[in-house]
Formats: sequence, structure tokens, C-alpha cells
Amino acid sequence: MEKKLVKCNINGKDVETYVDVRASLTDMLRNDYRLTSVKKGCEVGECGACNVIIDGECYNSCIYLAVWAEGKRIQTLESLLGPNGELSDIQQAFVDEAAVQCGFCTPGFIMTAVEVLETGKEYTRDELRKRLSGHLCRCTGYENILNAVEKTMKKRLGKA
Amino acid sequence: MYDFSALYEATSVQNAVELMQAHPSAVLIAGGSDVLIKMREGKLAGAELISIYKLDELREVTMDPDGTLRIGPMTSFSHATKSQLVQQHIPVLGESADTAGGPQLRNIGTLGGNICNGVTSADTASTQVAYDAMLEITGPAGMRKISIHDFYKGVGKVDLQPGELLTAILIPKESYKNCYGYYLKYAMRNAMDIATIGCSVNVVLSADKKTIERMRISYGVAGPVPMRARSAEAAVNGQPVSEATIELIGNAVLNDVNPRTSWRASAEFRKQIISETARRGLRAAVERAGGVF
Repeated sequence: MEKKLVKCNINGKDVETYVDVRASLTDMLRNDYRLTSVKKGCEVGECGACNVIIDGECYNSCIYLAVWAEGKRIQTLESLLGPNGELSDIQQAFVDEAAVQCGFCTPGFIMTAVEVLETGKEYTRDELRKRLSGHLCRCTGYENILNAVEKTMKKRLGKA
Repeated sequence: MYDFSALYEATSVQNAVELMQAHPSAVLIAGGSDVLIKMREGKLAGAELISIYKLDELREVTMDPDGTLRIGPMTSFSHATKSQLVQQHIPVLGESADTAGGPQLRNIGTLGGNICNGVTSADTASTQVAYDAMLEITGPAGMRKISIHDFYKGVGKVDLQPGELLTAILIPKESYKNCYGYYLKYAMRNAMDIATIGCSVNVVLSADKKTIERMRISYGVAGPVPMRARSAEAAVNGQPVSEATIELIGNAVLNDVNPRTSWRASAEFRKQIISETARRGLRAAVERAGGVF
């Protein structure tokens, strides 16, 4: 099958690789770049486990062709770690709030949370619920995830 | 890996037309939230794809000199919702876009794809139909303009001839001027769900805000394609802003619609929602227009 050169910026680094044109962005991120925080869940854009940030907006990478990444800035969960592996505030909040059980949905949820937090706005609980609605979690019942995002939001806005 | 046999990436609208002519059986892919999912189900296995994803010139929302709102068909749901021009002139379009799927889908799904797939439940389609959108279609013979009402041909079928693609969605000034709309989606979940019924209502009130001068109401899932309830519109036009008019529309819409029973809902249940959304939608649209009951 035809391969195509895809140049993009992943987690702050300019990279390029030849990918099979049939590959999804999930395939490329996992197989070519070993970014395994990007999970393969439903693969039809319903569960949000493969969610990554592309040019500042969240996308389910399972329904995004790898070749479309040409020239884009892509951010995965791996970008949030500090130089010595320190967790970011939102990751720590997920730990503190017990918002993680099996962990499969967590990277996707956190990347949406990053997009939400980076708007620098304050959202109500209902607004957060809507903004996080593109993810399925079968363990936590969502409440702790909402708590983690809400608390981080308030902290960043100096309100907690 | 997706199961397609070739991918052709269009570099311009003209190039897309040429690619479609050179590969007549190829499937056009815009955001991919329909095509790639069908492919996963095996429905389009082995197909050739022509991608127009990189045609950023089709992603803008602009205003023509004559006041026509020009919406690039590749405008994503979320960008439609955020667009200043949409918020200013036809906010209900952005609001209906904000009910589709979930946040990630709204970043990839496009307003053009929402009508080109010919699906009745499409959340922005009923609003586009309710505002008498005009569609600019580009093909080998150049450009033609048709009404969205003539665009829908049947379930999953639209008036796109070989080599043609949608290049603009136009909302004429006389359609949105002084017009206030409201969209209601009834679904089983608050997110990530397909409408059981979608209802888009808009009104123009008289200067004293006491009479409904023009009302347009459109449904998704009330028939095989998004449709207007024309007899209900005729019955409501010229009526006073009153509870009686709200009651009137709830009954009148039932003469126009033809919902079916599916695993999502029975026809009887859909009819009940159709009546109720008409009443609530008209009330909300009139209130937005400054009318008081």
C-alpha cells in the first residue's frame, strides 16, 4: 500500500515519518511514535479513549486519517509530564480525587480537560459535564472525574 | 488501518472535481465522521476515497456584499457555534450544531457533511431547511445554485451529480433578517446521541410584536429527509402571539409529518414529541423575538 511522508509537530517536537495512507492518527501515534497513552477503544469516535489535541482542539484520533496530520501540532498525554516525570496539576488531581480506576479512559479525559482548562474560563458543573461528554468511563461513575477537573479549574483561577 | 484501496487528497475545489471525474466510484470524505465509521462497519470496504479535508478555503464563514451569509461547507460544528457572524445573524444554527454528538465530533464533523449525507436526523439540517438555505454546488460544468428543498432526494440521497461537490451554504438576508429561531433536540441521552426528533422553528414578528408575520418550522426524523411542516406554517402565519396559536401549531404539524417506527421510538411517540416540540419551539422563538404571551 502507498506510503506517504507526514511531517508534523508532536508534543513540541518536529517529526516526520512515512505512514500507510490507510492508517488512522491513532495507528501512527501508537505504532510509529510509541505514544501509547492514545488508547484504541471503540475506534468509531464514541468512547474518547484516543482523544488528542490537534492545533488546540480535541479530536478522536481513531477517526482522523494519519495523513491529515501533515503540518499540524499534536499534543498527547505524554506532553504533560515534567522533565523528571512529574505529573501535571490535572493528572495529580485525577490521582487525588480517585478519578482513575482501570485507567483506560484517563488519557482521553485528561486531554479534553487540558483543552477546557486552557481556555482560562470558569465553567459551571453542568458546562463541564457537557464539555467532558465525549468520553465514556465504565469504572468511576464520572463524579470523581468532574471533581478533578473542577478543582483544577478553580485552582488555576485562584479560586480554591 | 482503514479498509480503503486508495486515497486521493484534493488540493483545490477544481482538483477535487477532476479527481471525482477521474475516479467516478470514489467516495468523497470531508471530516470523516460518517465515511470512516461506515468503513469500520465494512460498508465501504475497498472503496477509493477523495479527501477534501485540507481545503481550508471551504472552512470560512463570511458575508457577501448583498448580506448573504456564506458558510463554507467544511465549517466544523464547533466553528459554526463559535462564529461571530453565525452568533449575530443565525444563532440557532450554532446552537443546533452544538447538540450534535460530543465535543470531539463537533470539532471534526462539518455542516456540509451534515446535509450531503442525506440523513434526516442531522442536527443542523433542519435549521438549514428552516432558513431556506441555498446551496452552491461546483462540478465539471461549473457552478450551480439550488434550494436545499430540492437538494434532498430521499434517504441518503441528495442532488449531487458525478463530479460535483457542495462549495457553499448560503443563508439569504431576507431569511435571517429580524428572524429569531430555536432548535429542540429530543434524544435519549444529553450527549453522544442521535435525535429521536429534531425541531427548528423561526419567526418574524410584526413591529408591535403582537402578530406572527412569518413562521417556519422544520423537522428531522419526522420523515425520510429533513422536512418543513408547510400547512402548519400557513396556519400560523398572521396569527396573534397567543396561547391559542401555540395550541394551534401543536395540532397543525401533525398534518404534515410522517414519522416511522424504529428501534429508537415508535411513530406514535414521535408524533407526541413533534407536537410538543412545535409548541415549545414556537414559544421560545417568539419570546426570543420579543413577543410576550
